[in-house]
Amino acid sequence: MSVVFEKKDDALVALLSGEIDHHTATEFRESIDCEFEMLRPALLVLDFGGIGFMDSSGIGLIMGRYRKAAECGCRIRVVNAPPMIERMMKLAGLGRLDVF
Amino acid sequence: MIKAKAKNEMKLVIPSNSSNESFARSAVAAFMAQLDPTIEEMTDVKTAISEAVTNCIVHAYRDTIGNIWIEAKIYDDGRIWISVKDKGCGIPDIARAREPLFTTGGSERAGLGFAVMESFTDKLRVRSAVGKGTTVTMEKRIAQRYRHDG
Repeated sequence: MSVVFEKKDDALVALLSGEIDHHTATEFRESIDCEFEMLRPALLVLDFGGIGFMDSSGIGLIMGRYRKAAECGCRIRVVNAPPMIERMMKLAGLGRLDVF
Repeated sequence: MIKAKAKNEMKLVIPSNSSNESFARSAVAAFMAQLDPTIEEMTDVKTAISEAVTNCIVHAYRDTIGNIWIEAKIYDDGRIWISVKDKGCGIPDIARAREPLFTTGGSERAGLGFAVMESFTDKLRVRSAVGKGTTVTMEKRIAQRYRHDG
């Protein structure tokens, strides 16, 4: 797994790649939270374009970041999710959180 | 009723280290490749296995490491049957555990494990006894594709 960060104006973009399961979610979480704490952006963008597999641990990862960002008044966006991952997100009802 | 005979089967025993999640789903995916599944069908099964194995790691063997038994069988009619078994703490209330968003795994867990298994396979059965363990069985039919010769 890897996360590459890009800073664009007041947004922090996290380009995620690899597979997200319970094991790797911990590493993704630590990496994103560390960068988020340092930069405190107004918008956190999670780019799933490089994710080849994701189970519901990925939903936990998004919801955890959503809660953390909301506490700081930061918005969150989920972009470039491949169709099979989008299906998981729909099943979880992520559409209700206004993250797309 | 005549019970169909599996045309092939596999058994795998792994310790409940989270680093084995990827191995478990990849092993079952490699086995089911014999049924010539689509990418989507294969992803469905991989996801369901990942959820079942994660449940063993996060819930059944919460503070310990125990064995996880994975068994898969494929049938002539294109079905794959999978069993994921642990001898962990067991589930006191299966109906509640199967409710979407219910979790005892902390704020970073979505509580969607059983909902995903149910949604991504055709049949899901959960048997559990507190203090003895849990067995999850799943079944999915892989669509048969016709061969065009010539």
